[in-house]
Parts: sequence; structure tokens; C-alpha cells
Amino acid sequence: MPVYSEKVMEHFMNPRNVGEIENPDGVGEVGNPICGDMMTFYIKVKDNHLEDVKFKTFGCGAAIAVSSMVSEMAKGKTLEEAQKITPQLVADELEGLPKNKFHCSNLGAQALNKAIQNYLGRKKKERKERVMVGQKGKRKRLFCPYCDEEIMKADLPFCRACGLKIFYCPECGKSVNRDDKVCPHCGAEIKGERT
Amino acid sequence: MRRVYLDNVATTPLLPEVSEAMMPYLEEFFGNPSCIHDWGDAPREAMEVARSQVAQLIGANAEEIIFTGSGTESNNFAIKGLALAQQNKGKHVVVSAIEHFSVLHSARTLEKWGFELTLVPVDKYGVVDPEDVRQSLRKDTVLVSIMHANSEVGTIEPVQEIARITRENNVLFHTDAVATAGTIPVDVKALGVDALSLAGNQFCGPKGVGVLWVRKGVRIMPLLDGGVQEGGRRAGTENIPAIVGLGKAGELAKTNMATRIEHLTHLRDRLLTELLARIDHVAVTGHPQNRLPGNASFCVKFIEGEAMLMLLNSQGVAVTSGSACTSRALKASHVLLAMKLSHELAQGSLLFGIGLNNTPEDIDYVLEVLPPIVDRLRQMSPLYAKFTRTNKGGK
Repeated sequence: MPVYSEKVMEHFMNPRNVGEIENPDGVGEVGNPICGDMMTFYIKVKDNHLEDVKFKTFGCGAAIAVSSMVSEMAKGKTLEEAQKITPQLVADELEGLPKNKFHCSNLGAQALNKAIQNYLGRKKKERKERVMVGQKGKRKRLFCPYCDEEIMKADLPFCRACGLKIFYCPECGKSVNRDDKVCPHCGAEIKGERT
Repeated sequence: MRRVYLDNVATTPLLPEVSEAMMPYLEEFFGNPSCIHDWGDAPREAMEVARSQVAQLIGANAEEIIFTGSGTESNNFAIKGLALAQQNKGKHVVVSAIEHFSVLHSARTLEKWGFELTLVPVDKYGVVDPEDVRQSLRKDTVLVSIMHANSEVGTIEPVQEIARITRENNVLFHTDAVATAGTIPVDVKALGVDALSLAGNQFCGPKGVGVLWVRKGVRIMPLLDGGVQEGGRRAGTENIPAIVGLGKAGELAKTNMATRIEHLTHLRDRLLTELLARIDHVAVTGHPQNRLPGNASFCVKFIEGEAMLMLLNSQGVAVTSGSACTSRALKASHVLLAMKLSHELAQGSLLFGIGLNNTPEDIDYVLEVLPPIVDRLRQMSPLYAKFTRTNKGGK
């Protein structure tokens, strides 16, 4: 089949890095069955480097070879380096692609980039969440149900200020009065002996 | 490695008897049949023998046979030539949505020339409803063209019934019989058509030669102007070796048709039954019964046709994905889409064109190598991963 270069055929016959990554740091999906090619890239990032790259591809021989080549080119690179992989570079590495396949099947770089964007987006969100957790923590501050002094350490069995025994709601973990049958914070029923 | 040719839809191998019949006209009898001197005699006589051989194949009169350069030329000639010859009567033509591109694109060209075009739909098996053809007819309709059978999915169309309708309405009816002539019985009188195309390379004849049969009395505008070859309807020095080969192939096809059909049907049924048993999520395309004997077409879910084709090729098996003319156009087959298959499914189409040279061992070999190929590509496919995760979309 002389339509494809030897390199394309080699990657098509023995594709590298096929598969999925469990709990990936980033996922990128491009294409759809209408245009005939669909690629999903999974990445694992460590110290700003692509520790692992895997893909799944629905498509023609060129699409499979492109995915394989992109995964090979990207693995071990820094995120910045990996983002510089262009369709043209992939085609060059594959010793050329048929003209009519260049645009439709050469989606690998795009899919990888999307996975990296996904990773960066997640990281941003994570940072945001951490800040939010901090804020929530403030709101979640516990106070002694008797003297209203702040309880600095959760699960402390007694209030440091007034010395009274503190009980905690088994549902939400907030401090409750010893006589409370129902948690005033979350409404959960509090059972069991409290001495 | 075993080599198995299963792309007899693209073209068929030349039979030894055919190439033997052709050889003298490539060497000794090279003359131009239009010449009056002795060198023109043998080619001319051979051409007339071929003409009557083809006429007998389709139940026509020899004088109605026009030799062309290919099935594609025959279809172009029929669509454009018949429509143009009657444009004073009207400028509306009707073709089906699953025609070969040589018909479909010719009809599109007519549109550019001021004609109007109606595309008749097909059902999920690729069958044209004759009633739809009746509905599409107008006062200014001058031509209907519906193929005898679709080579891509194998479905045989109800040409006889459509011909009855066109005759009632005084509209010319052309049928593209490239997939059927020389393979299954084709009789122009029984079909009731006015024009019919066929091609030599579809029944073990040579490439570069086709035939357009036009019923006597029907006017057609020539596409090629020049000399008076073929009664002035198709100018150009005739391709005598190919014409001789076509005639011989036609004669052999007529003589051996029953045994050939039996052979092909047997292999086809074995291939399809076993494939369905061995591979999950496969949908046979085309009509389950009314189909060409050598045609085994189906779609494999979750993977793409070209990748399968390439891996089969690496195992020595030649097949096609969709028609050979569309396989490099990167589009899902217009035939499968007209049959309302999803794009996703249509991308996974595979077509086995079984031929006279194929043996039961060839089929066994395919049954051995194809399932692992499907498996391998599915392991790579995000669509299959999604399916196994959600267990949806299998039907």
C-alpha cells in the first residue's frame, strides 16, 4: 500500500502507547465519527513533565499512526515543550502524510494539547478549591456550646475555657450541647448515652 | 503468506480464454476497423462478433450496442445524452440517491446546465420504492435512471416495476447494470428499460471498455464528436482488443452463469454466516435476500473501515471499504448514509467482492484473520471503550 510512508505504516502496524491511564491528570478528546476520526489522549504529569501519555483512536491508518507518533514525541517532555508539537511537525516525523489526510487525520497534536489544557484547568480549579476549603474551614470553626469560646482543635473532649465536656454530632462533626437530642447544625438525630 | 483477492467489485481478473482471444488483436490484427483495405477487415469482423456476443448476453439486437470506454462513460453518455436529446420536451430528470457517482455526478452536471433533478430515496436495505419514482414524475420529466443493483451493498432494485411506471408515463428509463450484467441474468426486454450500461471488467473481461445499449428508435446526443464510429454516436477509433475481450467474457458469462451464481452464493453465505457468528456488533448492509451473489457487505461497529482494510492487506487479503471510487474521498459512503445508517456505523463498512477464482479455503482464511483484526482495533477505539463502560449503543 504505497499510499502511506514506511514510517506511517510502521506506526500503524505497531502503535505505541495505546490505552488509557487510570486516574489521568488530563484528558483531551477531539474529532467525531462524522469526520471519521476520533482521538482521546490521556496524560500523567509529574514535575511539569509528561510522565506518561496514552491514547485511544477511532480512525483510519493515518489517524492511528499520528496518535502513536504524537504520544512518542510528547512522552518525557515538559508541558511547554509538548504544547509546541504541531500537526506539521507530526507529519514531518512520519515522513509525510497524504495531502487529503493532513487535515482530517492529523488531530493528535490537538488532542494532546487539549489534554494539557485539561490538566492546567484542573490545577487551577484545585487551587481555587483549596482556597475555598480554607474559607469553609473558617466557617466551620467550632465553638463551645456552653461558653462560646472557640474550640481550636476538633474532637477535643472538653472546652479549654470552661472545662465542660463537649459532644460532637456524629453526622456533621460540630459541637453540640449535652442535652441536644437533635443537632442544631445539621438536624441529625443524636442517639446514645452522653455522660 | 496466502494472498486472497476479494475485491471483485473494483475489478475482476481476466479469464485466460479472454486474454487469449484478445492477443491477436494486440499484435497481428492491429488495423483500424474503419479502414476499407484488408487490414481493417479482421478487426471489423471481430468487433461485430463481440457486438452480437454482448447483445446475446442482454437479450438485445446487435445494432443497438454502442461500445464505450468504460461503465462510467456509458453512464455519462446515457444521462447526459438522453436528457440533452429531449430537452425540448422538458428538463427534469430522476435518479436514485444510491447511484454510482458516474450517474449522480452526471445528473448534477445536468443541473448546472439548467435541468432540474429529483433524488429518489431508498429504504434501510437500499431498495427504491417504485411508488416514489411515480410520485417524482412530472410533466417535464424526460429521464429516469435507477441502477439494476448497487455494487456497494449488493441490493437488487425493482427495475421491472419501475420500467412499467415510466412506460405508462412515457418517460425514458436508463438502468446502470454495471454490477449485474455478466453476473446475474439481464434481459433488456424483460426489464423493459430503454437504455442500459455495462462494463467489461466486472465479469472477467478487460478494463477500458464498456457498453451502452439504447433501444432502437431512442434518440441520444453524442458526447464525443468526430468520426462515424458506432453509427456516429460514439466517435473515436475503437479499442478492438478490449472489445473482443468483452465479447468473449460476455459469451462465457452467459454460458456459465448458473454455475457461477451457485459458486458465488455458496461462498458469500458461508462468509456472512460465519462472520456474524464470530464477531459481535456486525450489521450486514443491503437486502438480506435480493442481493448480488458475490456481495458480502457489512459494517463493523466501533472501528473504521480503512484501518481494517490495511490490516487485512497486511495479511494478504484484498477487500474494499465502500466503493473503490469513494475510499480515498474520505467520506462515509453516500449509499450507506442514504440507507440512514449513522456516520459512525457507516465508517466501519467493509465490502467483500467474491469472485470466480475464490475458493472455500479463501473464505476460511478470511474467517481466521478478520476477528483478531477487529479485536485489535476495538481495543484501540475510544468508542468501544465508551460502549463497554456504559453498555449502550451496541444495537
